[in-house]
Amino acid sequence: MAELDRKQDRAPVPSSWEYAPAPEARDLVQLRDRYGLFIGGDWLEPKETYETIDPSTEDPLAKVGQSTPEEVNLAVGAARDAFENGWSTISPSERAKYLFRIARILQERAREFAVLESLDGGKPIRESRDVDLPLAAAHFFYYAGWADKLEYAFPNRKPRPLGVAGQIIPWNFPLLMLAWKIAPALAAGNTVVLKPAETTPLSALHFCDVLRQAELPPGVVNIVTGDGRAGAELVKHPGVDKIAFTGSTEVGKAIQRELAGTDKRLTLELGGKAANVIFDDAALDQAVEGIVNGIYFNQGHVCCAGSRLLVQESIYEPAIEKLKRRLGTLRVGDPLDKNTDVGAINSRQQLDRITELVASGEEEGADIYQPPCRLPEKGYWFVPTVFTNVAQSYRIAQEEIFGPVLSVLTFRTPDEAVEKANNTPYGLAAGVWTEKGSRILAMAQKLRAGVIWANTYNRFDPASPFGGYKESGFGREGGRHGLGPYVELE
Amino acid sequence: MSRLPVKKTYKLYLGGEFPRSESGRTYEAQGANVARASRKDVRDAVRAARGSFPRWAGMTAYNRGQVLYRIAEMMEARSSEFAELCSGAKEVNQAIDRFVWYAGWADKLAQILGSSNPVAGPYFNFTVPEPTGVVGVVAPDEPPLAGLVSRVAPAIVGGNATVVLASETSPLAAVELGEVLATSDVPGGVVNLLTGHREELAPILAGHMDVNAIDVGGADGQLEELERLAADNVKRVVRGRPDVESPWEIASFLELKTVWHPIGL
Repeated sequence: MAELDRKQDRAPVPSSWEYAPAPEARDLVQLRDRYGLFIGGDWLEPKETYETIDPSTEDPLAKVGQSTPEEVNLAVGAARDAFENGWSTISPSERAKYLFRIARILQERAREFAVLESLDGGKPIRESRDVDLPLAAAHFFYYAGWADKLEYAFPNRKPRPLGVAGQIIPWNFPLLMLAWKIAPALAAGNTVVLKPAETTPLSALHFCDVLRQAELPPGVVNIVTGDGRAGAELVKHPGVDKIAFTGSTEVGKAIQRELAGTDKRLTLELGGKAANVIFDDAALDQAVEGIVNGIYFNQGHVCCAGSRLLVQESIYEPAIEKLKRRLGTLRVGDPLDKNTDVGAINSRQQLDRITELVASGEEEGADIYQPPCRLPEKGYWFVPTVFTNVAQSYRIAQEEIFGPVLSVLTFRTPDEAVEKANNTPYGLAAGVWTEKGSRILAMAQKLRAGVIWANTYNRFDPASPFGGYKESGFGREGGRHGLGPYVELE
Repeated sequence: MSRLPVKKTYKLYLGGEFPRSESGRTYEAQGANVARASRKDVRDAVRAARGSFPRWAGMTAYNRGQVLYRIAEMMEARSSEFAELCSGAKEVNQAIDRFVWYAGWADKLAQILGSSNPVAGPYFNFTVPEPTGVVGVVAPDEPPLAGLVSRVAPAIVGGNATVVLASETSPLAAVELGEVLATSDVPGGVVNLLTGHREELAPILAGHMDVNAIDVGGADGQLEELERLAADNVKRVVRGRPDVESPWEIASFLELKTVWHPIGL
């Protein structure tokens, strides 16, 4: 009887399970109203500025500089000075220690940077906290160790730094891409002028404070903000010895053309249209998780996103059913909420591009599926979307959408899967899902892409080289191979 | 009475065969009428190269190494003929030895250029070099044989298929090399040798959308134009030198592929 009373005291079983809001503290990061350009260890007041906004609310966050040609010139000059007056001759083990310091400070200030990254870029705090920040710190730690061991990376050759590296990074992983660029460049003894993306400059600007704390000599890293015009100035500048660019294939080609005939070194990490191939013997639930992670991670703003799904015909129906059911559980909303799976689209411009391509998919005859989903009224949002009945010729199967949109195609035989997976000008990444080991290795061999994820997807590590085949670019970032683009071999 | 020698007709080496230029054109070089390849010949050569690529890349490294060594054997047998078509015996020996040197690299590349990567998680992760695909080679005018071999050998040992523009001024050694390749177990299409006017042909090769990389080492005054055209499909551009041999020369025609798999019971 007493037991029964206790049971009656309990709250009734709720009819639906809602998540309570779980926002991360926004005041972990102190924004300034206005940011300068970081040149020669000092803040330079920019001549022109623009506003960077929070894409989830469209609220302005701060004013940042639109670098002019003169300002880019100053930055390159500061980098040249630093290269010639100290950085290239400092003992490599001291160089290593600066990089170790940067890694440690990033770990210490990780939460602050995670919040900043989500504010300025719209990505869920869960991702900036658990992926972007740990990986960025790890990248510095990894390359720190290389700084005084370069001769072991290039047997029978003497590696020498190139000089001033001009680096241009995208808005999808702002701080992580900064780490991918700066860490190997400094480890090899170069100095850097880095231009963050127009819409996500804040983490790079706050990173300058990490450099101050690490006591990095002035001019070794310079940050110039602004849109593509500032990037173009950097590419053209005669004082730059190397350009490293991550971004669209279109801009990558323009840079390669611009550098034709010059002695500047170039690496490009460009677009992708990766295929995720599921065979009928795959562990289907795991595969569906992998597919979801492959395309909806970071709102699909990932160059290696698994944006094409190739399903073996015999499991098409259960696979799509599970996928649609899983889509319904994705939580779209406030990037700073710890339960959010899919955050805000990075910019109005990107939202327009996604919207346009999705419209083309419907027009060309694909079937669209979007789960019921309530989107915030302000800000830039796009519902996770799946297209079925997609032909290879459709734009949504050929062009990079760079949004939370998956195009599903089918195949019967492994050869057909390979043929379809390789049927794009890109070659950045691919995924394979099967329980058969020999098939994994055969597929890994035949897929023409720089990264193959088998029974997993979207994994990154500083020790693991990353980069594309074909029009996805050339050069590798990460691992021993990531040093190559930053050294001259004597 | 002295015997009248039977003279050779110098033709292209394309897809394992010896056609004339489809254009019917020739030009005079080294005292012979040499085929003057056309835009269509370049395109046919790229098609042949693309067609041969899967088989060549799919061969075992050991097998590819033996084929390269076989090229050296066949060259050795013809060394006196080669010597008359280039700067002499020294250059021929250098070219032969270079094939031997690169032959030995075929089954060592992956160990030197690849890696096993200790990622921070339960994943098996490794990186292997793979051929980039079809490589265009603008061979230098001089030395006509050793220069061409120095650029072609590192490209093919890694599994690429090539379309080569031979020395314009001294093309005969390249044609002779075609005859060697045809009898060396090199699958037809892996090396395609075109003779003709570089200024006309090199831009076609550099701008071709089914060529993955281009060695512009022999480009004479056309460097900027060729490199600009190469950007149309993000070609890997190599400014190859005619006098080097190193595994890094091979690496510049290779991609690196990284494969991840979870570790778990």
